[in-house]
Amino acid sequence: MQAFEYGNPTTLKDAFGLLGSNWSDAEILAGGTDILSLMKDYITSPKRVVNIKGIKELGGIARKGGNVRIGATVTLDDLASNAVIRASFPSLTQAALGVASPQIRNMGTVAGDLCQRPRCWYYRRGFGLLAKGPNGEMLVPNGENKYHAIFSSGPAYFVSASTLGPALVALGASVTIASASGNRSVPVEKFFVSPSGDGQREIDLKPNEIVTEILIPAPATKNATYEIRERELLDWPLTAVSVALRLSGSTVNSASIALGHVAPTIWRASQAEKMLVGKTITAETAEAAGEAAVANATPLSQNAYKLKLTKVAVKRALLQAAGVKA
Amino acid sequence: MPDYKWPAMNKRKIMGTRVSRLDGPAKSSGRAKYPSDMNPQGLLQTAILVSPHAHAKIRSINTDAAKSMPGVAGIRTFVNAGAEVQWANAEIAIVAANTEEQARDAVRAIKVDYEVLPHMVREENLAKAGTRAKAAGEQITGDPDQALKDADVVLQSEYGIPVITHCCLEPHGQVSEWKGDAINFWPSTQAVSTVGNQLAQALSFDAAKIKVTCDYMGGGFGSKFPADSWGAEGARLSKDTGGRPVKVFLDRATELTIAGVRPSHFMKVKVGAKKDGTITAWQSDSWSTGGFAGGGMAPIPYVYANIPNRRMNHAAVSLNAGPQRAWRAPNHPQASFLTTSAITDLAAKLNMDPLDVFLKNANLTLREATYKSQLEKAAKMIDWKAKYHAPGEGKGTIRRGVGIGVATWGGAGHASKCKIVLHPDGSVEVELGSQDIGTGTRTCITMVAAETLGLPMSAIRVKIGTNSYPASGPSGGSTTIGGVSSSTRKAAVNALEKLFEKVAPSLGVPADQLEAVDSRIQVKGNPNKAMSWKQAAQKMGPQSIEEMGENVPAQAPREGLNTLGASGVQMAEVEVDTETGRVRMRKLVAVQDCGLVVNPKTAESQVYGACIMSICSALFEERVMDAVTGRVLNPDMEFYKLAGLPDIGEIEVQMDITPEHDARGIIGLGEPCAIGGGAAIANAIHNALGVRVPLAPATPEKVLNAIGNRRYA
Amino acid sequence: MSSQNDSTKDNLTKSAFSRRSWLRGAGIGTGVVGAGVLEQEADAQQAKVMSGEVEISLNLNGRPRSVKVEPRTTLLDALRNRLDTTGAKRVCDRGTCGACTVIVGGKAVYGCTMLAVDAVGKNIQTIEGLAPEGQLHPVSQAFVNNDAQQCGYCTPGFVMASKALLDRNPNPTVEQVEKGMAGNICRCGTYVGVRKAVLEAAKMRGGSNA
Repeated sequence: MQAFEYGNPTTLKDAFGLLGSNWSDAEILAGGTDILSLMKDYITSPKRVVNIKGIKELGGIARKGGNVRIGATVTLDDLASNAVIRASFPSLTQAALGVASPQIRNMGTVAGDLCQRPRCWYYRRGFGLLAKGPNGEMLVPNGENKYHAIFSSGPAYFVSASTLGPALVALGASVTIASASGNRSVPVEKFFVSPSGDGQREIDLKPNEIVTEILIPAPATKNATYEIRERELLDWPLTAVSVALRLSGSTVNSASIALGHVAPTIWRASQAEKMLVGKTITAETAEAAGEAAVANATPLSQNAYKLKLTKVAVKRALLQAAGVKA
Repeated sequence: MPDYKWPAMNKRKIMGTRVSRLDGPAKSSGRAKYPSDMNPQGLLQTAILVSPHAHAKIRSINTDAAKSMPGVAGIRTFVNAGAEVQWANAEIAIVAANTEEQARDAVRAIKVDYEVLPHMVREENLAKAGTRAKAAGEQITGDPDQALKDADVVLQSEYGIPVITHCCLEPHGQVSEWKGDAINFWPSTQAVSTVGNQLAQALSFDAAKIKVTCDYMGGGFGSKFPADSWGAEGARLSKDTGGRPVKVFLDRATELTIAGVRPSHFMKVKVGAKKDGTITAWQSDSWSTGGFAGGGMAPIPYVYANIPNRRMNHAAVSLNAGPQRAWRAPNHPQASFLTTSAITDLAAKLNMDPLDVFLKNANLTLREATYKSQLEKAAKMIDWKAKYHAPGEGKGTIRRGVGIGVATWGGAGHASKCKIVLHPDGSVEVELGSQDIGTGTRTCITMVAAETLGLPMSAIRVKIGTNSYPASGPSGGSTTIGGVSSSTRKAAVNALEKLFEKVAPSLGVPADQLEAVDSRIQVKGNPNKAMSWKQAAQKMGPQSIEEMGENVPAQAPREGLNTLGASGVQMAEVEVDTETGRVRMRKLVAVQDCGLVVNPKTAESQVYGACIMSICSALFEERVMDAVTGRVLNPDMEFYKLAGLPDIGEIEVQMDITPEHDARGIIGLGEPCAIGGGAAIANAIHNALGVRVPLAPATPEKVLNAIGNRRYA
Repeated sequence: MSSQNDSTKDNLTKSAFSRRSWLRGAGIGTGVVGAGVLEQEADAQQAKVMSGEVEISLNLNGRPRSVKVEPRTTLLDALRNRLDTTGAKRVCDRGTCGACTVIVGGKAVYGCTMLAVDAVGKNIQTIEGLAPEGQLHPVSQAFVNNDAQQCGYCTPGFVMASKALLDRNPNPTVEQVEKGMAGNICRCGTYVGVRKAVLEAAKMRGGSNA
């Protein structure tokens, strides 16, 4: 880890003053569960690190208008044990409980989960976000890509590491992003972007901005998250599916299906969503939705198995959300 | 000659009882000081510069800028210009500085000019290995061609198990202090009595002036015998800096790439059998790598070795990858996986229950009766009769299956010397240049000494962990408990004899009529003609009794204290989600003989641990090499996956303690129990699915690929 | 488990840094670098940064401990390298194995993944603080009784994770123990003993948050 200046502001205003216009100027520290590793591996070496945990307004979970507001620095553990979240958004509770381990949940924050960098092992070994070899060749498509994207036409093939992302996208949440020049609101779905060139980030955030909160609209949905990991816990999902259903009786009015760990962004399964409208969730419709969700996938040399996994995760998430036994 | 034989099984008061490890409180309170915990006054920290290339020639190394960095006290290089590195993360240079942060900064200021050379880092496809594959020569017994022709059924199949790493939690390394004509060396080692000699050789230094100390060490598994290049350079840095202590411990990525791996092993095989399940022929073509030096052939066919007609060919594949080191039962887990997979698949082809095939062919093993009895015991523990079904038979998307793995091992006791001192105040000291690698060595030594001297364990002070004590062998090959227990027994008997001579006149009988029981010296069988240990000790006058005991491996079988040859059977029950390919452990059972068991409690712990290591390699572990960059992609604990507590299911261990096994003496346990579990799991998956997952580990990727389009409902 | 009340916490945070180490945040690129050589009057309106080697005070096992660190020094490295508190171990150094588990502010965390400067003002409990020399905490005792240790290198992390789990859930089920201990890895394979030990410790502690 390279030496850095450390700032520990207690107000957003002070924090903005400490951020820079380039990522190499300053990085934000909240839970630290990712940024410290990135710095130890010299993947990022900012001149300054700005700890935002001391900024009180970034904490707390509360109802706000028609939304539930989750402060940026709320820990994953606080999120997982929050009764309001558990009652309305079990998909989010389930996602939070799937994060790594108790220790990581005690440290990691909600905004940190959205802003963490990809776990792509080429990226983490210093070959860049787009994973290029010594001669500029793309390392992922014919390399060790069993954990990589099945929805990408390149040049990025990593998968978004966000665990909460699928649930938040399916729930229609937005993030509030603040900077010295004011606030802006971005749907979580749009917050994730697939970089097309070196030096771009995979999230819609500028170096001088801070994610301050997540807003989840309150309308009642039946929602659930289903993850498949190699290890029971302390592992990244191979695929993660979150669904939110608006139902009339047992008929689907609308469905949101968001896929994680299969693309550089959180991937919406739009075809599957459409085909469920007007239907009842059964083993058959859920299976068909799973098929539709991966119909356009473009697996790499080693990860076609993730299609099967994603298909079954869609099915199981839908059945779980609708309370239907398989 | 005194009678060193172990007391009869039913006469033992301490050996054979369940004793909590004596150093448990130190470990579970965090007070145990491991070499990596040593912080002597004036300590310098280090960082190592490693090669980013898998194969390269070094044109030049420039340390000028690094030398003037803040806090830097010394820099050394491991290699010089002109040298070739043969694997990524090979050590290039090392910096010592006042803080770790400073050392790391300085390492990044060292400039190395590399001429990058072509590399090869993957071996799973032998056809691509070209000249990197070296044939090891054919072994033929009987007439395999004819036997395969004559066989009623021939199984033809392929299996493979990848390179895995040791992943010792305490990395390799040491603190060293080179002051004048003496070196203090605190390594994390499995070999306190030999590592100093190696260091002496590397430094051209007087071995007698190297003091090695290692009270605790955080895992070795076969990888922590040598003094290592960083041991030598760490010591030299201490000399360079005027004798300041220097701490060198590998970071995790370096630990996982250069400090030892277990070789891979791949095999194409044909196995012939009669309709009744009698195995008649074996023909295998195998290959493996343990790094640049290639890899030897595992002992296949394994345990069922005496198949009458067999042909084995093997190729060692040289890769630009970190070198192998002994890994708990070297080559045996691979051999068990390959062989029992083939036998299980053969059973499927014969429409037979594999348990029957393993039982029927037990005459092909060296210990037919033992394996038969262990197969039956394990089958009972896992409830084989109720749980076995034809491969793939069942209903629903979640399927269960059971499978078998077998093991054998040598063991016995290594060369070991023990000194016992009986003091006139009644206290007892036991000294051995041995080490505890997690086995419970201190506890076992204490138990043997207490048993022999008729004293409670609390009366014995055992001292190990330095080469100033009489030498014991390295902890390898499951020979430590056999070695140290035997030398301790002999030393204790010898010391007692001397004590009896002093006491005999007072009790009015010849010395050979005395015994030590319940903290007394008494006339054999007569507690009324006795004196307390304390009184007896006073009879020795001012001088302590000092006696040695030695275990000499060549003589050991005659003496009966320890011997060779252990057997084990493990059986697994798994649950496979056929839609996700996830395998969950339900149960793993182990039946294991290891001769006389000194401490069943710590012995069981070894077997539990070995079962869990087997789960790790069967389901999760794989070193992933990148063909293009030549780098290990998962030199971490995030994608180099070890099982966690939620992954292990139920584990049941039965130490196969019988009068017959006990009478053989101590054999050794660490390795034999670490062999069959992975094989059992792989075979249980086959039973659940009806298809073979040919390559370990059985991750969702590999399971789903093996399932293909087969539907389970 | 007591925790510093909020009003004193802020003061502690401020006073814990030696004044010399505080620099005015004058924006990136304006030359505020170096090891605390620029001493400027901190302007209340402007954010402050620290750099170089700084002296901080950590509330370690109930006692304030003064220690010199850099901002980049992790809590684990501060404990091990600078305070000779070596119970917590450095194994993966990336928050993926649990050997460095310590309890900060009542919660189990990975010491390798927290900056020492970030721990200022919080109660830090390490395994050394569980019981006085010569005594064993019930959780440690349960690890001994159930032989939940072999080489022992992961054991302090497991003990701390167990303690945090039991503080929160004094009477866990087997499944809760497995999930609660999922953040710790053992290479020797002591999990069977660990599972039993945590359950026994819960019993020994009588379900109370002792």
